[in-house]
Amino acid sequence: MGDLINIFVKSAFVENMVLIYFLGMCSYLAVSKTVKTAVGLGAAVIFVLAITAPINWIIRENLLIEGALSWISPALSEVSLEFLGLIIYIGVIAALVQLVEMIIEKFSPALYMSLGIFLPLITVNCSILGGTLFMISKEYNLIESTVFGIGSGFGFFLAIVALAAIREKLKYSDVPAPLRGLGMAFIITGLMGLAFMGLMGIKL
Amino acid sequence: MSELSAKRLLIDPLSDNNPITVQVLGVCSALAVSGSVKNALVMSVAVTLVTAFSNLTVSALRNFIPSRIRMIVQLVVIAFLVTLVSLFLQAFSYDLSKELSVYVGLIITNCILMGRLEAFALGNKPWPSFLDGIGNGLGYGLILVIVGVIRELFGTGGLMLGTPLGFTFFGNEANHGIEFFKGDFFHAFFHNGLMVLPISSIFILGILIWIQRSRNVALVDIS
Repeated sequence: MGDLINIFVKSAFVENMVLIYFLGMCSYLAVSKTVKTAVGLGAAVIFVLAITAPINWIIRENLLIEGALSWISPALSEVSLEFLGLIIYIGVIAALVQLVEMIIEKFSPALYMSLGIFLPLITVNCSILGGTLFMISKEYNLIESTVFGIGSGFGFFLAIVALAAIREKLKYSDVPAPLRGLGMAFIITGLMGLAFMGLMGIKL
Repeated sequence: MSELSAKRLLIDPLSDNNPITVQVLGVCSALAVSGSVKNALVMSVAVTLVTAFSNLTVSALRNFIPSRIRMIVQLVVIAFLVTLVSLFLQAFSYDLSKELSVYVGLIITNCILMGRLEAFALGNKPWPSFLDGIGNGLGYGLILVIVGVIRELFGTGGLMLGTPLGFTFFGNEANHGIEFFKGDFFHAFFHNGLMVLPISSIFILGILIWIQRSRNVALVDIS
C-alpha cells in the first residue's frame, strides 16, 4: 500500500508529465484559458490514462512480449511482437478517445463545443502514449500501472487547472499586449517547471 | 487552384499561421528535440515528409472514411509513414537514426500531424492538402531551428558541434571545426547550463511569440 501511495505521489508531483517531462504541452497550453474547460480536459485525461495504462499492460503481457504467445502453440514461444508495440498502443488509445468523445458529446454538448479540436487531439496528447511507455520502462505490475496512470493524469489535471487559474487572474494585470495569452502562458509554464524541479528526489 | 493560393498555402504557415507559435501544435517535440541544430534539422525534414504525405493520403481517402472511426484511420496512416521514415533512416544513415530513434518514434504523437489532418485534409482536395502539409512542416522546422541555434550557441558555445561544419564562438570547449574569436576575452565566457535543459526552450518560445506578435498586431490575443 505504501508503495502505491509512493507511485501516486511520484507520478503526480515529482515526475509531473507536463512540468518535468513537457509531455502533452499542446492541449495544455491551448485549453487553459478558463478553469472550466481546463477541468473538463483534465478529467478526460485522467479517465483516458487510468484506462489505457492497465489495458496496454494486459495486451503487452499477454500478446506482445517474447513467449507470451506460447498459449496458442509451443512453437510460438520464441515469437516476440514487441516491434508492433507503438502501433497497438496508439490504436488502443485512439479507440478509447473516440469513446470518450462520444460520451462527452452525448452528455455535455457545451463542454464538447468548448473543447473543440483538442478532444480528438487527446489521442496524440504525448502524455497518454508517454504514460504507457513510462509504465513499460519502469516494469510496473497491473495494479501499480493503474495507480501510475491515475497519478499521471492527476498531475496533468493539477498543472492545467493551476495554469488556467493563473491565466484567469492575469486578465486584470497589465501585461504588454503582444505577450498576452500564449506568450505569457509559456513563461508561466517555464516558471512553474522551475519550481517543480525543486521537488526532485522526494520519496515517501 | 490558382497560383496565388498555392503560394499562400506554402508561405502562410511560415509566419502568420505558424503551427507552433500561432496554432499551438507540436510544442512537445519542439521542446525535446531543439537541443542541437543537427537534431532540429533532421527532425524538421522527417516531420515535413510525414505531414505532407499523411495529408495527401487522408485527403484522397476523405470520402471513404466514416467519421466515427476517422482517428484510428488517421493514426494508422501516420504510424505507417513514421515507420517508413525510421526504417529509411536506419538503412541509409544508421548513426543518425541511433541518435534520433526515440524522437522519430515520437512523430506519431506530434500534434501537428493530427491537427492538420482534422483541420485541413478532411475538407480539401489532395493537392492543396499536400502543399499545406509541406508548408506546416517547414513552419515547424523554422521555429525548431531558431530555438536550436539559440540553445546550442549559449549552451555549448558553438554551433553544429561534431559535424564538419561545426565551429565554436566562445568558451574553451575542444572542437574539431573552425574556431572564431580566439583569445582570452572570449574564452572567459561560461556556458549557460540552463540552456541545455529542455525548460529553456519554453522561455525562448515565449519570447519568440512576443517578438512575432509585436511585429504583427493582428495576432495579438484580445481576450
